[in-house]
Amino acid sequence: MTGDLILQFLAQGAQMTMVLLIAPLAVGVVRLVKARLMRRQGPSLLQGYRDLAKLLRKESVIAESASWLFRSAPYLIFALTWVAAALVPSFASGLMFNWAADVVALVALLGAARALLALAGMDVGTSFGGIGSSREIMIATLAEPAMMLIVLTLAIAAGTTRLAGVADFFIAEPWAVRVSLALSLIALVIVALAENARIPVDNPATHLELTMVHEAMILEYSGRHLALIEAASHLKLVLYLSLLICLFAPFGMAPATAGVAGWLAGLVLWAAKLLLGAALLGVWEVSIAKMRVFRLPDFVGVAFVFGFLAILLAFLSRGAVA
Amino acid sequence: MSGAHDISHLLAGAMLVTSFALLYQERVASVLNAFAAQSITLALAVAWTAWSDNRPDLFITALIALSLKGIVIPLALRRMVERLGIHRQVEKVVGVGPALLVGLALTGLAQALVAKVATGTASHAREALALALAIVLLGFLMMIVRRNAVTQVVGFMSMENGLILAATGARGMPLVVEVSVAFSVLIALFVFAVFVFRIRERFDTVDIEALDRMRGDRR
Repeated sequence: MTGDLILQFLAQGAQMTMVLLIAPLAVGVVRLVKARLMRRQGPSLLQGYRDLAKLLRKESVIAESASWLFRSAPYLIFALTWVAAALVPSFASGLMFNWAADVVALVALLGAARALLALAGMDVGTSFGGIGSSREIMIATLAEPAMMLIVLTLAIAAGTTRLAGVADFFIAEPWAVRVSLALSLIALVIVALAENARIPVDNPATHLELTMVHEAMILEYSGRHLALIEAASHLKLVLYLSLLICLFAPFGMAPATAGVAGWLAGLVLWAAKLLLGAALLGVWEVSIAKMRVFRLPDFVGVAFVFGFLAILLAFLSRGAVA
Repeated sequence: MSGAHDISHLLAGAMLVTSFALLYQERVASVLNAFAAQSITLALAVAWTAWSDNRPDLFITALIALSLKGIVIPLALRRMVERLGIHRQVEKVVGVGPALLVGLALTGLAQALVAKVATGTASHAREALALALAIVLLGFLMMIVRRNAVTQVVGFMSMENGLILAATGARGMPLVVEVSVAFSVLIALFVFAVFVFRIRERFDTVDIEALDRMRGDRR
């Protein structure tokens, strides 16, 4: 019994370190795929790790007008995002803390991280930070309700808001093709693109654009603070990819009682799906252009529309509207 | 059995999504693409019903939908747009966001209505009817909120797509009616086309607001 408990604990710990370790690699895959499709050599897959190591070694320059918030925000953002990313079931559904992996809690953790980032962006008082923060919040006001609607749709289908429970439900019933689920998949993809500052919403490759969102908020950061924020944004990408995998392609995820061998198989499959998702993101980013900022509410609004439609249809097929 | 219904619902849901895509697009060419996608999805949905319910006459309906509305009409409209040389932007009464929100409200209305009216029927029939009704209402909305004459035609056609979807689900429409509807739609296209050319000739634009001015209406 005790040995089992320790094993469970180790598995949970392994998941926490896995997401942290694989995150720069996933970003590296996206960058490499993009570069190769543009017929460039592209950076090595390890560039993400090198960048983080370099930033951690460098001195952190802080503006004179910065308050305590500016200095503490990176640590809090990193911690919140890491906890959120570690909660999403990756290779096994029934890990030790799976009771905490509730989608509502996940949205709350990410919301807190975003609020801190927006505050930190405005803290120094530069105009770019303010613009970035206001745009980020504008996108968030549309993306967050959409996210909640998606969550509720899945909760109606699976009967629980626990991620592990939802994943178990879809493993047990893999071929349930439902309109509401297809719609929530599209909506979740749009939300993920918006939240990760990916291409139709924001360009992650540059901080020299007037239309930047995420990069505008973190312009003032340097050194280890920047490293933490970068690591947090890598983690967020892994989180959303992992969430999409867990909710819509959970096959191969090990059940709670699988033991070490089952976990390893699940781990390999999860890593493969994650990197495939990252490669698809790279292809997507190359094939479309960035949108104008004023068109963004429409684009993210589509996620809201789809989420709303999904929940309407979910209710209708259960006959709950009467 | 439930798998068959799942797939027909998926296709009907995809049609609803393309209806929203029609409202979302800002350029005439993209509107035409979305309309072609909707018609092709309709053809798939009808063909699926024909296959799963074993009603071979519906294959003809599917073929008509695919060839006429999936290929011929979009191409004709595209040629029309090219020959008219009209602006690439769609003239709008309300913006994309409000239009989508109204569309959502209409979808909710369709569902509430069907839930009220069709109590006692099986849930899959109810869902199919609600989706079809929502597509019809969105076609109406498209005709109301987009002032470009070409997109008005598209709104009309997408409304008719919804009707055909409803008819195949309800095992009602006989083939003769279906064929005659298809041809009347084609004739409607010609009438629309002539109208659009005349409007354009007379006012040098396809913004139908010009007609209000010509009639003397004041805004």
